[in-house]
Amino acid sequence: MSAASGSEHFLEHAPLDLRDWLVQFLTHWLHLTGLLQWMLHNLISIVMILAVFGLFFAFTTIAERKLLGRLQNRLGPNRTGLPKFSRLFGGWHFKHKLFGLSQPFADAIKALTKEDIVPAEADKLLHFLAPVIVVAFSLMTFAVLPFGRHFIPVEMDAALLYFFAAGSATELAIFMAGWSSRNKYSLLSAMRALAQLISYELPLILSVVPVVLVTSTLSTQNIVLAQGSWTFGVLPHWFVFTPWGCAGFLIFLVSALAESNRSPFDLPEAESELVAGHLTEYSGFKYALFFMAEYFGLTALSALGVTIFLGGWQAPCEFLQIIPSYLWFMGKLILMIVFFIWVRGTLLRLRIDQLTRLSWKFLVPLALINLVNGGFWALTTEWSGPLQIARWAISIVVIVVPFLLMGRKLSTGFAPRTYRYAP
Amino acid sequence: MLGSGILKGLAVTAKNFVGSYHDPKRMVTVEYPEQKTNIPENYRSFPFLVSENAEDPMGSLRCVACQICEKECPPQCIIIEKSKDKKPDAAGKMQLYPAVFNIDTSVCMSCQICVEVCPFDSIKMDQVFEVAATERFNELLLTRERLAKPNSYYHQIHPTEAAEVDGRLTAERQAAAEKAKAAAAAKAAAAAAKPVVASTQPAPAPVAAAQKSPPPAA
Amino acid sequence: MIGQGSAPAPFSSLPGPTVRAVHDQFHGDLLEVSMGPQHPSTHGVFRMVATLDGEQIVKLKPVFGYLHRNHEKIAENTTYLGSMPYTDRLDYLCSMSTNWAYALAVEKLSGQAVPERAQYLRIIMAELTRIVNHACLVGFLFNDLGTSFTPLLYAFREREKIIDLFESLSGSRMMCNYQRFGGCRVDPTPEWLKAASTLVDGFPRFLDEYETMLTGNEIMLARTQGIGRLDPQHAINAGITGPVLRASGVDYDIRKVDAYGFYPRFNFRVPLGSHGDTYDRYMMRILEMRESVKILQQAFKELPEGPIMDPKAKIRGFRPKAGEAYGRLEGPKGELGFYLISDGSPNPYRYRVRPPSLINLTLLEEMCLGHTIADSVVILGSIDIVLGEVDR
Repeated sequence: MSAASGSEHFLEHAPLDLRDWLVQFLTHWLHLTGLLQWMLHNLISIVMILAVFGLFFAFTTIAERKLLGRLQNRLGPNRTGLPKFSRLFGGWHFKHKLFGLSQPFADAIKALTKEDIVPAEADKLLHFLAPVIVVAFSLMTFAVLPFGRHFIPVEMDAALLYFFAAGSATELAIFMAGWSSRNKYSLLSAMRALAQLISYELPLILSVVPVVLVTSTLSTQNIVLAQGSWTFGVLPHWFVFTPWGCAGFLIFLVSALAESNRSPFDLPEAESELVAGHLTEYSGFKYALFFMAEYFGLTALSALGVTIFLGGWQAPCEFLQIIPSYLWFMGKLILMIVFFIWVRGTLLRLRIDQLTRLSWKFLVPLALINLVNGGFWALTTEWSGPLQIARWAISIVVIVVPFLLMGRKLSTGFAPRTYRYAP
Repeated sequence: MLGSGILKGLAVTAKNFVGSYHDPKRMVTVEYPEQKTNIPENYRSFPFLVSENAEDPMGSLRCVACQICEKECPPQCIIIEKSKDKKPDAAGKMQLYPAVFNIDTSVCMSCQICVEVCPFDSIKMDQVFEVAATERFNELLLTRERLAKPNSYYHQIHPTEAAEVDGRLTAERQAAAEKAKAAAAAKAAAAAAKPVVASTQPAPAPVAAAQKSPPPAA
Repeated sequence: MIGQGSAPAPFSSLPGPTVRAVHDQFHGDLLEVSMGPQHPSTHGVFRMVATLDGEQIVKLKPVFGYLHRNHEKIAENTTYLGSMPYTDRLDYLCSMSTNWAYALAVEKLSGQAVPERAQYLRIIMAELTRIVNHACLVGFLFNDLGTSFTPLLYAFREREKIIDLFESLSGSRMMCNYQRFGGCRVDPTPEWLKAASTLVDGFPRFLDEYETMLTGNEIMLARTQGIGRLDPQHAINAGITGPVLRASGVDYDIRKVDAYGFYPRFNFRVPLGSHGDTYDRYMMRILEMRESVKILQQAFKELPEGPIMDPKAKIRGFRPKAGEAYGRLEGPKGELGFYLISDGSPNPYRYRVRPPSLINLTLLEEMCLGHTIADSVVILGSIDIVLGEVDR
């Protein structure tokens, strides 16, 4: 099947056709009017996103535990199976109980059945609202992500702006959690977590701005479409393969790790082991909701990274467009999540002052320089031939030299040492 | 370059991840209870009493209730009460036996000192470790009946040690038998030579000897 | 020091993690945090009461005693041999070394001789124990630094192999009860020696992989270099020994200074640090593991045949003459010593352990002042304490 415009693979719009058919059927059956029909149309999209990403969240938790296990030379959880399943087929017992795949459901049941303890002096409304808000805003960021060629829930011109606005609103909920506990040290820990989140908002957004400069659009769907060409049909024009895009992607990765409080930036979470953290007063399902919001945030940021730098739903080679676009998107998303798990298994935690220093003194200047780099790239699209090589060379030098210089400055005084022996 | 150490670290973890699928040295999980690790021969968990044969475990205990292990046990978890009568042991000699022999396994620290000090090779270390109990006092206090296990079991769990012990014991018994035979032969020779000088010896000595050892259990 | 003007608030004696406000004349409002006895990062039932000014520690009081088991008093009521299994449980990670230290003290007291093969075996076991302990320490140090268990499990994977060797030799992985007065209890078979030798030969490759992963890691350098500096003069005055002392640059290793056993026959170097910070203490352990491998390779080559126990040694009825003796050795954590006073009876009159973990812990406050709580956890990890030894 050729990928020429006009003829697309059947599977690409099969789910959309299914949704349209369902809406038609229910409209006919229930005699729905225009407004209700529109609501039904969007409700189906929302339910599908919740279902798919809810399952994805469950998959991420179990994948994390099993991947970390393999990284540490051990098996991950492999004992929970589906109850009663092993009695199928005349009692044939599954040896590894389905590799522990129903572990997330077991965890969910455990979280649901725990007692919900609210401190007596806590601000009841805020205490209840904090986990709700954090999950709600994390989910709202999914609205503008293009999961496939025709799969974007809400098509907006200012999609990126909306994404970062909704993502930043979750930080308010962290502070609400710390405040409503009426515990001085919880509040201090919440403020520390908030400081980390705010410090890394800036590199996160700044690393995305060069893309906006180059594509002159804030709409995520247009950004993906702008990456939809191939050199010789096999080399994709994703932004990560350009110098400014690669640097932007790396800054984006580090900032995304910090924004979702994951190792190596999980000091607020770890410190809640040491002293009262901002989440100590939450138990049971509310704690599970915070946990879920963290993973949703991670997934949303990974999806944004895939969209902006890794070509979204575009296939890597021209002939591979047979495989539907949403599968490519999912594949790239899974790769990014696996990379985050890999980083978590390897790296140590940074202290809070080192964290903020990394952001303000290293990532922000680099992101600003990358901005200039992106602008230069946007202005020189007409250069071709030998000038193309010059364009690439200048772009690389503009970002690599400051990186090396600032990196050296950041790590003065820290170096592996050689040791002497007693005579 | 900033970040080169981190990249090297990521490479090592990736090597371990990939290795965990094909290299047994990089996947060290033993899925207990379906798989079990091999227990080395010297492994010690709790003591047990050796009885010579399996048909009569209580009657053929090697233990003679000398109470040396009770005295030497550091946490004092062995409780022994001697019997009032004597029974013949494997060599035929009359020995006491333990009427009560309890080991409190909730106190025992598996130090093996009782095994080292026993002169009769009658208490040895067992290898059972799946001994979870639901009740502390009745199930963790091992009495004589639960402690006595036959010599064949000892051979099964400690083959080299049991072979050495058996060899030594048979050698000792043989030596003792030889000595008894030699002593009996010497006594017979002395008795045969005695009547020449018998008149000077005081006669009542054998009678006094006979009166001196009434049976202890009245 | 704080709070000398107005009456200082006594530190909270409640066990368990608590946070409360205290007021100090010089610093104003401070926060007193008690990282209670049950805690994932305090290496046992150990409590640190830290008083914080903002983020910085202004006072730190270690509270221990939660694992006190009356070891020294029990020894007064037990025979010399009977105390040997209890010494396994003092520093439960290094039972072979602790056994040897006790055996040294008793052999000094009674003038007992030890055959050659037993001396070599003791060195082999002690150096294997050193590797075991340092692997454990390095793993837990990274755990405190926040690596989510990966380096810990790598180190423990290697440690498991050595401990399995201990199990096949002495019957127990950790509570070996292996040394006796006058030699060793069990003679290793040639298969055991071959397995141990192969393991030791393969160990430097594991260390290389570990170092590649972690020693050049920028985050690790930033978290450990410059943290918890220990001045060498302070260290000497406080009686610190072991890798902590050598990391500050003081050349004092009992295996060289006051050699015991057959250590003078072995060719090994003593690494020294220069800054005395956590990074140096960590590197000391890695370098000492490499030196231990060298000693072990030499010992396996030179191990002579012969008896492992002195034939004149008594197991039961052991009564040393009246007198006193102090036997010490370079344990993996520092100078481990046993001081015994005998009055001629089967039980010692006085039995005293010099625990290196406890003595090294006395300078914890000084090393932690000015750092944050996250750093104090790392510093505690680098001192290498085992509560069984600290509390006895």
